[in-house]
Amino acid sequence: MIGIVGYGTQIPRYRIKVEEIAKVWGTDAPTYKRGLNLNEKSVPSPDEDCITLSVNAARNAMLRAMIDPADIGAVYVGSESHPYAVKPTGTIVSEALGACPYVHTADFEFACKAGTEAMFVALHLVKSGVVKYALGIGADTSQGAPGDALEYSASAGAAAFVMGAKNVIAELIDTHCFMTDTPDFWRRENAHYPEHGGRFTGEPSYMKHTAGAVNAILEKTKMKPGDLDYMIFHQPNGKFPVQMAFSLGFKEPQFRHGLLTPTLGNTYSGSSPLGLAATLDVAKPNQTILIVSYGSGAGSDAFIFKTTEKLLEIRDKAPLVRKQLDEHLMYLEYGQYAKFRHKILKPE
Amino acid sequence: MEVAKHWRETPERYRLEAGKCSKCNTIVFPQRIICPECGNRKFTTQSLSGKGKLVSFTIIRIAPGGFEDLAPYAVGIVELEEGVNILTQITDCNPEDLKTGDPLVAKFRRINEDGKTGMIYYAYKFVPDAGL
Amino acid sequence: MRDVAIIGIGMTRFGELWEMSLRDIAVEAALKCLDDAGTEHIDSVTIGCMSSGLFNQQEHLASLVTDYLGRRNTPAVRVESACASGGMAVRSAFMEVASGISDYAIAIGVEKMTDVDGNLATKALATAADGDYEAFHGINFPGLYALLANAHMEKYGTTREQLAEVAVKNHRNGALNPHSQFPREITTDTVLKSAMIADPLRLFDCSPITDGAAAVLITTVEEARKIGKHPLVVISGIGTATDTIALYQRKDILKMDAVQMAGKRALQMAGKTIHDVDFAEVHDCFTIAEIMVLEALGIVEPGQGGPATQNGHTALNGKFPVNPSGGLKSKGHPVGATGVAQICEAALQLRGQADKRQINNARTALTQNMGGSGGSCVIHILEAK
Repeated sequence: MIGIVGYGTQIPRYRIKVEEIAKVWGTDAPTYKRGLNLNEKSVPSPDEDCITLSVNAARNAMLRAMIDPADIGAVYVGSESHPYAVKPTGTIVSEALGACPYVHTADFEFACKAGTEAMFVALHLVKSGVVKYALGIGADTSQGAPGDALEYSASAGAAAFVMGAKNVIAELIDTHCFMTDTPDFWRRENAHYPEHGGRFTGEPSYMKHTAGAVNAILEKTKMKPGDLDYMIFHQPNGKFPVQMAFSLGFKEPQFRHGLLTPTLGNTYSGSSPLGLAATLDVAKPNQTILIVSYGSGAGSDAFIFKTTEKLLEIRDKAPLVRKQLDEHLMYLEYGQYAKFRHKILKPE
Repeated sequence: MEVAKHWRETPERYRLEAGKCSKCNTIVFPQRIICPECGNRKFTTQSLSGKGKLVSFTIIRIAPGGFEDLAPYAVGIVELEEGVNILTQITDCNPEDLKTGDPLVAKFRRINEDGKTGMIYYAYKFVPDAGL
Repeated sequence: MRDVAIIGIGMTRFGELWEMSLRDIAVEAALKCLDDAGTEHIDSVTIGCMSSGLFNQQEHLASLVTDYLGRRNTPAVRVESACASGGMAVRSAFMEVASGISDYAIAIGVEKMTDVDGNLATKALATAADGDYEAFHGINFPGLYALLANAHMEKYGTTREQLAEVAVKNHRNGALNPHSQFPREITTDTVLKSAMIADPLRLFDCSPITDGAAAVLITTVEEARKIGKHPLVVISGIGTATDTIALYQRKDILKMDAVQMAGKRALQMAGKTIHDVDFAEVHDCFTIAEIMVLEALGIVEPGQGGPATQNGHTALNGKFPVNPSGGLKSKGHPVGATGVAQICEAALQLRGQADKRQINNARTALTQNMGGSGGSCVIHILEAK
């Protein structure tokens, strides 16, 4: 049996409400809130970035995994906001965890899918027997251009998963991927903010790839939507995943726990992994969980996990997602937010 | 460029590694060669728990260069569970709400950077221990 | 060891001396000192300067100043102990003469801090803290002394007003000193309404950024008697001590061990107790520093520094006047010059030449100069003979 042996998350304490952003750009907050099913989003503190979120999430994962960091054979971090264009995030994370030097690291980038990419590779490396434990992390401090629709949702958070073959808390049942070249969203080298294809990001992009991956993995595992206890889709907003779920035959109780966007925003590479962590926070043993990511460009990774009795033993060893999401919040005004996110021009 | 200067502090800054005197058990942070209490020169490496309580703190309003955008921010002395003190920023809080004796816990944070194109310096900062 | 006297003192005005360079002010102080001494004799030069490298991009300062002083080829050395560099320079000059290596040794303390902007100046000063484990984390000296102030207030009940009284008292004294950077009186309100720098310390709790230099000429008591231009002032005790420069590494941050030990050693060498001392010049880089130094030196009991200041014990006309010069707060704090300037003030008082701020019957003085948050301290006992 291989699968998840520990998981942990980190969500910043700061939030900004949709109203606060709408006020600045003269848009209608209720329309955005309804249209995107989004009330507020997390904002990284100026001293947080993809690396710090990854380390703190991974430390929480290690609290649950209870393994020797030296036994981690691989550390993979998926993000579209790696602080360095050239210089690995993975080495810093590995060093902070105490996994160096006998460890393989790689940084992944695939828009919002980079996190599940890291998990996918980590899982299969363990499955192949090459390493004892592998860490897959999805983390982002994503940026939306000021005034762009993305600004309302682009947020920050990380989820880390220790994969292994011993003391598994959620067994990997199967995986399936669905990729095509679909240019719905990108950021060029040296560009600060991404660009996107507007409504093109919907039907031919998010919808098609998510559905493609779901249908493929269900067919492969000979399961129907009703056979799954929980499901998590990528959450660019609170609307797409819900529409998608209903159209594929899933019901609200299946996605309720994993749908974090309404108060978290879109954590990009952290999005569906955080949804998975939140679901593990509430799942009972022997329940099945479907997680399907989506990354622009475009593709989806689908995984089905089945929880074990071990889950209950380790769950309380690290903070729950809902706690990080709901407690001790500090709300920002747009001016502070603009300062935090370096949107204010200062002389060099 | 202070690349090597930062890099060689990695054990302390990334993992809170301290030295424990093999003779008198004094814990030193950062690690050093000679025990300040007994003069012994043998230490074992011990990773500190990162849990402690606030001994004294201040709120920096006029910040030194490189820290201006963070102001106001709290800096304090924290006494760790192991009995050793550490000087650290306290983040993820309204500094006005801090009190001496507050339980704090270490997180990995960005401390500073060598300009917009230079190296980014990471290390510990402490946050109120709210189980997050 | 030979007995040692101070025969010359000289200081520039302290302040923002825009038109003068680092070497200019060092030379000016030295020349004033020689004029005051009434001799041109110098066998060796000791420069006390904390950071001409960072403030002025100039090291190798001892030779430079000695050359510009017109003493090319004279032995010269620079000593550094952060803000205690000046006091340490006097100590070195003392040792030159006491040991017999020099008969006449000049100590020049100097710092030219306004060649860089305030931010860089603060950064240069912060190098007196532990760079990798204090300054790295975004703390500066106002911050470190604020940690002390908060701890002191919490342990002893020292009040915000008592801290302010240190500044008020020192400005009152400094207003009488023609060398002062800020020779004007202030009120408690001035302090309490000034900008917060690092809670609870406000702008008027902090000593300023200052340009300035001070010099003393040291010789044997025997030589001093021969020249006999001024009433004789001797250095009868010197004490120095060190401590961790990282504040957080001290077992009890409220105990300034280096100050206490340096004081003890200096008094012991002079064969005196603190009760034999008539007044002191102390290192009030921040208001809390003066309060803690009073306690460490035993001038008052631990925790009594605040009340003693408030009730006038340390005022110019008090039982134990402290900082008659105006201290670092009002007179200014060109860091390398400070320790030498303290000795200039003490000598001036002991000679009876302190004019409007003259302390009556001053026979024995103590000067206390420290580096960083107390990582080094040098104390001199001066006596009128």
